[in-house]
Amino acid sequence: MARILVQTQDFDTGAELARMTAGRRDVGGIGCFVGTVRDTAAGRKIAALNLEHYPAMTERALARIVEAAERRWTLLDCTVIHRVGRLEPGANIVLVLAASAHRQAALEATAFLIDWLKTKAPFWKKEEFLAGGEAWVAARESDEAAAARW
Amino acid sequence: MTDTLRLTVLYFAWLRERAGIAEERVEVPAGVATVAALVTWLAARSPGHASAFADPGVVRCAVNQEFADPGSPLRSGDEVAFFPPVTGG
Repeated sequence: MARILVQTQDFDTGAELARMTAGRRDVGGIGCFVGTVRDTAAGRKIAALNLEHYPAMTERALARIVEAAERRWTLLDCTVIHRVGRLEPGANIVLVLAASAHRQAALEATAFLIDWLKTKAPFWKKEEFLAGGEAWVAARESDEAAAARW
Repeated sequence: MTDTLRLTVLYFAWLRERAGIAEERVEVPAGVATVAALVTWLAARSPGHASAFADPGVVRCAVNQEFADPGSPLRSGDEVAFFPPVTGG
């Protein structure tokens, strides 16, 4: 039963990890990825990222990605939390957790989930530069390649 | 049978900024039966729309919240969203 959330508020990675193992003893490992706001983009200092999404589509798209992971690996639980709105450097953007009986499935599924999320979930980032001005982030071919390797 | 399609069109990220609108309801001729045909029809609506669709190759689309292709068919009542390649995570 995956936990999928899109929210403006921060998430507590420790609390999410604890929630995943609460009341169960079959989990052998949890893969964890936390995406955070970097303070530079192509050499320019960032004041903030503004994250926009397509509310009617986002959670469904994330659920599809989780289902794809569940078909490829034997997972006991998954958590995907993605923040939207204005986020300053250092802030959390995204949390991906995948729990399995064994580490390989947990780690691979975590990498798969973040790779697919980056190319198949309707989020868009706009950079707000410290020196003024702003620009939409362009999609990267390396992200497409990372998603395609699965 | 109706000879027009009523569609809800949504724009996200820089397509919204260029089109100057986030959402609009349009009634298009029945001949506008695919995503690609809708793009051509919308691009003629205003200079902003023309700017949003100036390079159709970089525009992505969803029909009823599912990713769609230029050839995807449209039906009356559909929600059609246009946006740049996604950049989440």
